[in-house]
Amino acid sequence: MNNIYIIGAAATPVAEHYGRSLADLASEALRTAFAATPALVASRVGALYVANALGDRLAAQGQLGAYLAAAVGLRGVPAFRVEAAGASGGVAIQQAAQAIAAGAAEVAVVLGAEKVTDHLDAAVEAALALAADAEAEAIHGLTLTAQWAMLMRRYMHQYGYPAEAFAPFPINAHANAAKNPQALYRFPISADKYRKAGMVASPLNMLDCSSVADGAACLILASERVAREVAAARDLLVRLAGVAVATDAPALGLRADPLDLAAARASAHIALGRAHLGLSEVQVFELSDPHGIAAALALEAMGYYARGEAPRHAADGAIAPTGRTPIASAGGYKARGDVAGASGVYQVVELLRQLRGVAGASQVPDARVALAQCLGGVGTTAATCVLVAEHERQA
Amino acid sequence: MEIARHWRQRAARYRLEGQRHRASGAVRFPPQPLALGEEPGTWEPVVLSGRGELYSFSVLRQPPAGYESLGVYAVGLVRLEEGPLVSAQLTDCAEQDLAIGMPVEMVTRRLADTGEDGVLVYGYKFRPRL
Repeated sequence: MNNIYIIGAAATPVAEHYGRSLADLASEALRTAFAATPALVASRVGALYVANALGDRLAAQGQLGAYLAAAVGLRGVPAFRVEAAGASGGVAIQQAAQAIAAGAAEVAVVLGAEKVTDHLDAAVEAALALAADAEAEAIHGLTLTAQWAMLMRRYMHQYGYPAEAFAPFPINAHANAAKNPQALYRFPISADKYRKAGMVASPLNMLDCSSVADGAACLILASERVAREVAAARDLLVRLAGVAVATDAPALGLRADPLDLAAARASAHIALGRAHLGLSEVQVFELSDPHGIAAALALEAMGYYARGEAPRHAADGAIAPTGRTPIASAGGYKARGDVAGASGVYQVVELLRQLRGVAGASQVPDARVALAQCLGGVGTTAATCVLVAEHERQA
Repeated sequence: MEIARHWRQRAARYRLEGQRHRASGAVRFPPQPLALGEEPGTWEPVVLSGRGELYSFSVLRQPPAGYESLGVYAVGLVRLEEGPLVSAQLTDCAEQDLAIGMPVEMVTRRLADTGEDGVLVYGYKFRPRL
């Protein structure tokens, strides 16, 4: 694959943006990303990939490719809406990378946008449940949260954990979000608060469930030629060294082992293989972590921890910015806010901050290799991006 | 309304009818379309016993649209005696009665009410085995 670089990135705060529409949010993210890349003119954009999971249900708008292209000033550009539930963002990045690798575009823009707060919780839950199997699961009133909850209870049973063993995940997420001005929940939580939190879908409580909120994030991907042309001489370049998508059956019952997120493993291993990197070379992670169990299962599926061990390592600090597998350094789904189909784009915006060394109080020291993985449904689609920081003069 | 959509599911929803692989004997539920390489005779219909044990469960307090009238309700993954793992609601039991591994059996109950002009959707749920 020709080398592909991410030359611009920006996101709106994740919030209940009652005064702003899907297009307003998309416009802000895109304009901010281009403002940070002044040497790039918009006429060089060869394709736009819109990552959105819930727009037809919750934003009452279809054909989001053309709609948002026109709204943000890219009218006429080939534009596509990518929908893979919570993995939409990662799949859109993969599609944009393929367009550049194929020579179909020199510059491709990925625009993750989600607008959910025009609806009440029940409508949002039903929209999210579209990621499950409609006849085997959703008709029975199963939500995505309920599916993760059942995996968490099975995990606790199989490996002998109490529910509070998962508290380190949201505690880490909130501790990091408290330092991120763009996060939805900028306050820390404690293990004691976790124990006392009310149930949402037992054993998942309110402090172990993300809130879905509004936001948009934008990435500008470019060929190596364009990246070197528009980069200032001293810029650090971030290369998209590997990206891969894998899928699994939506219905949990049709998987051989529901606690094994096979697509998460496959997409990570293929993406790392394409980047010629090993598991141990990744220094900072962004995962789908709406609940602690989701992050735990992904870390185990990829091979960072043995089955049944991730909560123990999380309790020992492994997921903090100074740990072996730092996650959620901007707050993760739980505290930065869950932006549904845009989450995979937010993940990469955060990892760029890490690789550029501008992540402030949540900075992972000397981060050069980063991995973002987003999941659609309960690991039904998994998209993994591997990013590598390069100094322009070294190349 | 989607009357035809629910009607298509009648064998699975009312009789717990799955499929048995004629060559290997493997049983799956719910029925799936033929995959690449399979022929119309690869799988045959099989009515499942409805008996199994609870693999996991959750009690929901934030129902999705269309299920608000249930209030708080339990859902589970049930490992059927014939092998398949099935998602369904749990009924006729209190939250404190539920435990992984407990024996359960299928009953037919109303799954959803699709509104004034809609259909009452019936199908399987599971309860503690009597």
